[in-house]
Amino acid sequence: MENLHHKKSFWSKYIFSTDHKTIGIQYMVMGMFMAGVGGYLAYVFRYNLAFPGKSIPFYGMLGAEQYNAFVTIHGMIMVFWVGMPVLLSAFGNFLIPIMIGTDDMAFPTLNALSVQIFFLSAVILIASFFVPGGAFGGGWTMYPPFSAGGYLNHNPDFFKALFSGTSLLILAVALEFVAMLMGGINFLVTTVNKRAKGMTPWKIPVIIWFLNIGAVIFMFSVGPLVAGAFMLLFDNVLGTGFYDPHRGGDPMLWEHLFWFFGHPEVYVLLLPSLGVLAEIVPVFSRKPLFAYKTIIYLALLSAFLSVLVWAHHQFVAGIDPRMATFFSIGTILISIPFAGIFLSYMATLWGGKITMKVPMLWAIGFIGLFLIGGLTGLFLGSNTFDIYAHDTYFVVAHFHYTLFPDIFFGFFAAFYFWFPKFSGKELNPKLGKWHFWLTFIFFNGLFFLLFFNGLAGQHRRINDYSSFSLISREPYQTFEQIATISAIGLILSQFIFLYNFISTLRSNRKSVKNPWESTTLEWLSDSPPPHGNFNPYPVVYRGAYDYSLPDVPEDFTPQNVPNPNNN
Amino acid sequence: METNQNHLAIPIIKIPQGRLGMWVLIAGELVIFGGLICCYLLFRIRYPHWGAMAANTNTFIGALNTVVLLLSSYTIVRAHGAAVKLDIAKARLWMMCTLLGGVMFLVDKSIEYAHEISEGFTFTSPKLVAAGDHVGSLFWSFYYIMTGLHGAHVLAGMTAIFIVMMQIRKGNNMHRVELVGMYWHMVDLIWIFLFPLLYIAK
Repeated sequence: MENLHHKKSFWSKYIFSTDHKTIGIQYMVMGMFMAGVGGYLAYVFRYNLAFPGKSIPFYGMLGAEQYNAFVTIHGMIMVFWVGMPVLLSAFGNFLIPIMIGTDDMAFPTLNALSVQIFFLSAVILIASFFVPGGAFGGGWTMYPPFSAGGYLNHNPDFFKALFSGTSLLILAVALEFVAMLMGGINFLVTTVNKRAKGMTPWKIPVIIWFLNIGAVIFMFSVGPLVAGAFMLLFDNVLGTGFYDPHRGGDPMLWEHLFWFFGHPEVYVLLLPSLGVLAEIVPVFSRKPLFAYKTIIYLALLSAFLSVLVWAHHQFVAGIDPRMATFFSIGTILISIPFAGIFLSYMATLWGGKITMKVPMLWAIGFIGLFLIGGLTGLFLGSNTFDIYAHDTYFVVAHFHYTLFPDIFFGFFAAFYFWFPKFSGKELNPKLGKWHFWLTFIFFNGLFFLLFFNGLAGQHRRINDYSSFSLISREPYQTFEQIATISAIGLILSQFIFLYNFISTLRSNRKSVKNPWESTTLEWLSDSPPPHGNFNPYPVVYRGAYDYSLPDVPEDFTPQNVPNPNNN
Repeated sequence: METNQNHLAIPIIKIPQGRLGMWVLIAGELVIFGGLICCYLLFRIRYPHWGAMAANTNTFIGALNTVVLLLSSYTIVRAHGAAVKLDIAKARLWMMCTLLGGVMFLVDKSIEYAHEISEGFTFTSPKLVAAGDHVGSLFWSFYYIMTGLHGAHVLAGMTAIFIVMMQIRKGNNMHRVELVGMYWHMVDLIWIFLFPLLYIAK
């Protein structure tokens, strides 16, 4: 079938392709580019924090308003334009069809449309820096009144308001949601309808389960925010008063709508990375995944709990303390399923033949760092402590200890693991290890000391501490400087990765077909997989984690090997 | 009827691909309207004064539009029935009836909007604001955002029905009649919720 296709031009092969693998790679490349933009913004405002009033190399002077805009857009980019496309869309598009043994997504055209809309949203986001007034600077949560121009202006000039940083940001986020919703429809329909023969629900690899659970949480939490975003846009461009208390509206409404989506979103980002761990840990321990079914049930439980915890972001927003207690309990409860999932991974490691190859390093690093993020989350989940620590660097350090390992360690683990699959080449493992260790060390240097800054009461939304003699005391300013130097080191170490990536693509170090000796279906196809993926299509006889079975000479048994015990 | 290119994979849950996709899309749309309706209800409970504002909506046209949408849902069911029997001419005729219903709905809605705007009830209702009735003006903001978003869905549904009507001319994609029908029922269902909330509850 492949040979019947005539040679395609560069444009139809790489830009307007409907092939799930190309679309996955498009999402990944765009996500990596946006990570560069977000990282650059972080570098600029971190430099300003450590050395206030100094001119910043590769930028210049940073004003207070620009500082706010940079922090805001950094948060937006890292969550919606890096985390979502890389973890959900890139993994989902690349892995779902090939791991369930089929040719493509259920709706390839819709898939291509989704990636084009995502590209448009990224363009609008970056364009918002260059409109009069600059990008939006009211925090990535876009709380009114900062985000609702109509609050101050009852008769805004429609076009001027439409082309303001605020409106463009709302539009960009809305388009991004549309792109992700299209992707989500595809994930669910593909997984339900297009699995290979014999791939019953309990034989599906954990990552496919997790990507689908993530897509479901996303679809069912984003709706109210889409409605809320319309209201916010109308407040801006038409001067309505949905969020204006003076006109009967309520700014708290936005906070609830935002976090009703925003908290499940954390799990939308976390689940795909946990799925990556579930694929990598058994491979490099040569052991079956511990408690496969329990892991799925725990993820479903966490999906249910995730919509019951949102108001823990609003403990200082003046909500009823009785309600705060409810959300505190919910927040602490949701740590139980995730602790269960992590314990299952550690039990998988227990007594295994562990080999510390590069993907495994990233996976173990993820588990270790996420532990710190998760445990500090327990403190913050309790409303009594949160009222003290809220809006300090403690919160900043906490969520970077959860989201950084989640987005970047999860991505790099997956990247080093599946790179031989999507390129057919072999990355340089030595450079991979350098990349890991430098990232690991600089990441901790960047965020660990900030916990102490937060406990000392340093507020997180101040651009220049030198004006506040009470809180700019030592050693906390030195900690800020250590953090900034580490941030620069962290960004520079990513160039090792880029060099490794590009030089490997240009080299001809061919990879073997199944370099990690894994059992899942994607390794049955050629590397890189041809259009259509499989010839013939595989038939599945066993679960995804049959490592070191007794009475089998090899220590792994792929999913398409007939199982005499259970047919 | 179903075009599944992947002949080797056997679906375990046998729902045709397009229908399953449409169900997921409808679920996603319903949460958008669900969120909007929840916001409206919270404010409605807080402000009993909104009842007096709702008295200014035209219940007669609202009721007429409900009947029109219900009838157009019936005709799209008949179109689906004809499509199953591969009766192209009849299917297209019934779809045409649904399109007519959609046009009639939008015409009614425009008459209603024109009437309300002429009385000073707009998205921001400057007349009410000038009189100090800020809470009342918020009702009209909700009224226009809810009916406007619904109207946009009516228009989208009509576009989809029109496109499918063109596609099935030569007997292609007959299964899509059912899919646009499902979408049209969703549009209808949302109106069933909006009508009592915005018109009847005074």
